Amino acid sequence: MSLDRDRAERLSLRRRPLVARLLEGADELAVIAGLGAPAWDCAAATGERALTFPLWGAMGGAAMMGLGLALAQPRRRVLTVTGDGELLMGLGALVTIGAAPAANLAIAVLDNERYGETGGQPTATAGVLDLAALARAAGFREALTVRDQAEVERARSLLLSAPGPVLVDFKVRAEDLPIVMPEKDGATLRDRFRRALGVA
Amino acid sequence: MDWPGAIFEQLKAADVRQLAHVPDAGHARLLRLAEAEPKVRVVTLTTEEEGIALLAGAWLGGQRGVLLMQSSGVGNCINMLGLAKTCRLPLLMLVTMRGEWAEFNPWQVPMGRATPGVLAAMDTAVLRIERAEDAAETVAGAVRLAFEGGPAAVAVLIAQRLIGAKTFGK
Ligand SMILES: Cc1ncc(C[n+]2csc(CCOP(=O)(O)OP(=O)(O)O)c2C)c(N)n1
Repeated sequence: MSLDRDRAERLSLRRRPLVARLLEGADELAVIAGLGAPAWDCAAATGERALTFPLWGAMGGAAMMGLGLALAQPRRRVLTVTGDGELLMGLGALVTIGAAPAANLAIAVLDNERYGETGGQPTATAGVLDLAALARAAGFREALTVRDQAEVERARSLLLSAPGPVLVDFKVRAEDLPIVMPEKDGATLRDRFRRALGVA
Repeated sequence: MDWPGAIFEQLKAADVRQLAHVPDAGHARLLRLAEAEPKVRVVTLTTEEEGIALLAGAWLGGQRGVLLMQSSGVGNCINMLGLAKTCRLPLLMLVTMRGEWAEFNPWQVPMGRATPGVLAAMDTAVLRIERAEDAAETVAGAVRLAFEGGPAAVAVLIAQRLIGAKTFGK
């Protein structure tokens, strides 16, 4: 089965307004943003936000960071926002999360079917790979693929409040967007995040 | 002497709440103790670097954790160790050594020999337990160094000689 390099350009969901909607008014939500475009999307949506931890590396680690945080903060909703490429590098995390379930953990994948940051090379999701099916098989309580604006509100409420772990694979258009860089000093990010949670 | 029990007492005293691991036979007793302790959340990983990201999240959320692995798992962690370093997060690792003493499996030897160097290359502090009676003190020192002295990444290597040679009955 070969990859379809072009179909992602015809997808209708746009990542910037989507992420802005996911984070809108969710002031208590703790967010881990995967490296590259998902981190830029979060920064574009909210500007600097103490409860968002943008990654600039650690590729493959965003979902697991979400799990550690969710286990440490069981009464707070935790959302990992990441790319398909980033998730694929640490795919075992779906298995680990499914087996160590955290009811307050959600993962939003911004699936443009590409490694956008490095030149738009297709990922396996440009073929038959179904991330939501993988998550379901691993034991996620809810996992679905969303392609249309009409499904966004239901997906948002699942991400923000359904018993987790929850994964939503948002099929988003492959597009070049302006880079909006968040803070990148790790110790600064760490301190402001922990202070915002009241654990520093 | 029950050195895994002594280590577990130190982890409890340090209020370690998440214990992540890919199993190693040398950690089997410590894992049983942790499984029996309701205050400690045991997370079984598919690969060791997941544990570094997990414990980064745990610390961001205000909990201390520990990552258990055998020496070959250190090789799986290299890039992710950069997360702890860049963000100056505490990271406590307990590594059971293979491939350094009375090893019967040649496949364990390359990573066993490389383990201290790989950790040093990622600027991780390396401590070592050679004798059972030193286990408690060394782990207590590692806890302090990881969570108070940096925060920093600290690995405690547990000598293969202490664990005992694995033979698979051969
Ligand atoms: C270990 C490692 N390998 C490769 C890279 C290079 N890299 C940076 S971002 C990226 C692609 C990310 O793709 P995805 O998560 O799908 O995000 P997108 O930009 O497509 O939204 C890659 C391969 C890296 N940073 N780290």
